[in-house]
Amino acid sequence: MKFLMYLSDACIPILLFIILSHAFMQKTKVYGAFLEGAKDGFKTVISIMPTLVGLMCAVGVLRASGFLDDAAKWIGMVIPEQIFPSELVPVAIIKMFSSSAATGLVLDIFREYGPDSMFGKIVSIMGSCTETIFYTMSVYFMAVKVRKTRWTLPGALCATAAGLAASVVLGKMI
Amino acid sequence: MDYLWGGMLILGIVYGSMTGRMAEITEAALDSSKEAVSLCITMTGVMCFWVGMMKIAQESGLLKALSNKLNPVLSFMFPDVKEEKAREYMAGNIIANLFGLGWAATPAGLKAMEELQKLNRGDKSTATKEMCAFLILNISSLQLIPVNMIAYRGQYGSADPAMIVGPGIAATAISTMTAVVFCKIAAWREVRM
Repeated sequence: MKFLMYLSDACIPILLFIILSHAFMQKTKVYGAFLEGAKDGFKTVISIMPTLVGLMCAVGVLRASGFLDDAAKWIGMVIPEQIFPSELVPVAIIKMFSSSAATGLVLDIFREYGPDSMFGKIVSIMGSCTETIFYTMSVYFMAVKVRKTRWTLPGALCATAAGLAASVVLGKMI
Repeated sequence: MDYLWGGMLILGIVYGSMTGRMAEITEAALDSSKEAVSLCITMTGVMCFWVGMMKIAQESGLLKALSNKLNPVLSFMFPDVKEEKAREYMAGNIIANLFGLGWAATPAGLKAMEELQKLNRGDKSTATKEMCAFLILNISSLQLIPVNMIAYRGQYGSADPAMIVGPGIAATAISTMTAVVFCKIAAWREVRM
């Protein structure tokens, strides 16, 4: 456990060390390359900024209206308890839109049921195998101005559904 | 995208008017735009830093070595992408994702999308099958060790916060496998049509 934490702390410094020492060995002009890349990165952020504003506003409004939470509740009522616990539906739904909001819900579940309860275990696994679909899709596609996303959304939902199902099964097993 | 975005806003406003949350909606709209900009400012620094680092790795050939290591995976998922840069950025993104370096993964991913767009021979506003596959793979989450989740579990007094690593990897493997199968079937159907 301690080792794992150390590893996660040391991950980035080690990576930077490897990149730089490898570059020195190859006699790359590191600073010049860095500046060139940084300029590139800057341009990319500027190009996605309007997207982010638009997206976060829409999600913010939808959340503030209470629709997301209520929709999650309705879906929770429809899905049989044995297949997917209704307490966890909000986490699964919100996670598709906003990672920080989902984290808040996960912490609520930890507080209420404890991280080692069945629900606690399921949400922990869920958190590690799902992504913010809508956020990722809009940022990545808007960065290259693609509007027709074709089978990305069905595929993403499919993968997420598989991940959710797996979390519930695994969470009940351990 | 147009309908999705407009629909989200209209739905939010209509629903909010029914539940009497107009004030909250005003606040949310303004707060979210502020939040988006401050996120962008944070991201600008991170993005500059990581793309800069990636550029070093690219010029020194480290990124190329990595993408060669991932060659079997890349060739399997993206058989038609032969272009060096696109492969390198995709490899960078996949590796950063595996190690949970979300902040490094996004810059690489966005650069990869730009390179894929350059290869887009058709209509530029329509995603290529490589873009679809790359994004689905990204969303299926390739993370090996969910560091944040372990930290939260520890905070809330779990007896064994890291116990979820194994099941987490299994669940991720299942979602990623589903993603791969889905992409393969979708690409195959496209060729036949």
